[in-house]
Amino acid sequence: MSFDNAYEALIDQEDAHWAFGTGFSAPLEGVDREVPTSVDAKDLVAYCLMLGDDSLILSQRLAAWCSRAPELEEDIALANIALDLLGQARLLLTRAGEVEGEGRDEDALAYLRDEREFRNVHLAEIDCGPGPGGDFATTIVRLLVFSSWKVAQFSRLRGSADPVLAAVAAKGLKELAYHRDHAAQWAVRLGDGTEESHRRMVAAVDRVWPFVDELFHANAVESRLAGVAVDPSELRSEVDGVLDAVFEAAGLTRPGPIPTAFVAGQAGRDGVHTEAMGFLVAEMQHLHRSLPGAVW
Amino acid sequence: MVDDLAARFEHTVASEARIEPRDWMPDGYRRTLIRQIAQHAHSEIIGMQPEGNWISRAPSLRRKAILLAKVQDEAGHGLYLYAATETLGADRGELTEKLIDGKQKYSSIFNYPTLTFADMGVIGWLVDGAAICNQVPLCRTSYGPYARAMIRICKEESFHQRQGYELLMTMMRGTQAQRDMVQDAVDRWWWPSLMMFGPPDEESSNTEQSMAWRIKRNTNDELRQKYVDMSMPQAAKLGVTFPDPELKWNPERGHHDFGQPDWEEFWQVVGGHGPCNSQRVAHRRKAHEDGAWVREAAAAHAAKARRSQEGVA
Repeated sequence: MSFDNAYEALIDQEDAHWAFGTGFSAPLEGVDREVPTSVDAKDLVAYCLMLGDDSLILSQRLAAWCSRAPELEEDIALANIALDLLGQARLLLTRAGEVEGEGRDEDALAYLRDEREFRNVHLAEIDCGPGPGGDFATTIVRLLVFSSWKVAQFSRLRGSADPVLAAVAAKGLKELAYHRDHAAQWAVRLGDGTEESHRRMVAAVDRVWPFVDELFHANAVESRLAGVAVDPSELRSEVDGVLDAVFEAAGLTRPGPIPTAFVAGQAGRDGVHTEAMGFLVAEMQHLHRSLPGAVW
Repeated sequence: MVDDLAARFEHTVASEARIEPRDWMPDGYRRTLIRQIAQHAHSEIIGMQPEGNWISRAPSLRRKAILLAKVQDEAGHGLYLYAATETLGADRGELTEKLIDGKQKYSSIFNYPTLTFADMGVIGWLVDGAAICNQVPLCRTSYGPYARAMIRICKEESFHQRQGYELLMTMMRGTQAQRDMVQDAVDRWWWPSLMMFGPPDEESSNTEQSMAWRIKRNTNDELRQKYVDMSMPQAAKLGVTFPDPELKWNPERGHHDFGQPDWEEFWQVVGGHGPCNSQRVAHRRKAHEDGAWVREAAAAHAAKARRSQEGVA
């Protein structure tokens, strides 16, 4: 690197100049993108949106911690988790748009759908902080539950009849296992740490638990997509087992299921959300929508 | 004895070798370095806020990922730099307290607001560009841990600069509203970016001793000139102008002539009365104070785990 002229030092460098090189390849390079003939395309689109929206919306929530975390290391870790989830969301929304075949790309799906067209579970969208909606404990409990559930879901999804979903799951599983590990370590520290941290963890579990039951409720789309989608009702015992181990180490008690009534039988997977969702979507979409035709 | 050590120190610095943490160094050198590196670390951490302001609203998922990764890099830079101060005997927690009590400064540029998404591009291009001009010479600074941290930081900053410029290029190819947004952002950030090099040399109190110690390698005015010269062709290629009627090529000097920023505004912002000073510090203070129970819990858990290990052993 030449130090005499700052600008020269920045251009036309060999790859070794960059920490990770410059030769990035597409994450799903070489994966067959044909839709298997046995699969109902409309259902597959809906399912990709469900999974993609789970990741996108939780990413949006976690990114809000950036510059507000308790330690710099945690600013970095939560941003990293948000980036992993955003990466998963982009692959899944792209797949949804491609199978749909109407020319919608990841941005059309993220920015131009209305709240009722989002298919994520409520657990992803509720406000767990920073700010009045929660605190670091609530964020950790939500992340622990979400990532434990996603690990169980993605490990089965690796065998999906849709080759793209299988590939997304294989890639995402490693990331989610790290997220789960990170959340579990914090859960133990906070559950065990001080009286205050323990009290906050108990309150966080109370806050999050009403949103857990929905995770194991099979939507009609998931039921119809046998072999492609994962049946969420099969995941409960695995997730409970993981949570029991963490809760025990943290000195916390895992509540039993708290079945929460849906709205006329509908919840996140059907596009019926909590009151918090409208604000999240409005903030996320406002700039994209206010300049139609702009390129970014 | 101290004379011998001092002579060895002077010789090491004069011969362009590096001073390492275990080496003897004058107290003033240590204090100056801690102040300078801490100020740089604080700038990275406060700098997360103006850009963090747009993560939730980034207008495409690709731009959201780029911006989030960039702000994350800034946290990483802050972390390395605080670690470099710790090799000089400082403590990260104490430095953070000094920042939120207003006893240590950070780069004044972050006391300006980010009003549109074009600001994300302009901060990358101009603000990171000016930071690179300031920082590339520091890769040769006399204190080893600082110099090595700066090499890595400069590589990442240069990546951010290219990303910022690429965003602006893309916006300039978009709609008229986007082109207007870019020009507006350039108009607002140009003068503050020139101020990033500090006051004119004749008013800069720290320059002379820092140059002799090879902590600082170029004067403020030299670096400012270099920055203006390198920014002009980039602006032309982008299709924007800088808001300075005096800015023009001077063939005799082989450099651009340019006007002076409003130094009164500069001193006002440095003095704590910029558009966002109190907001930035309050944000950092709130994060630090809200996180206190988490840090205490982590420490308490670690202490319990240590005790039970010792009990077993």
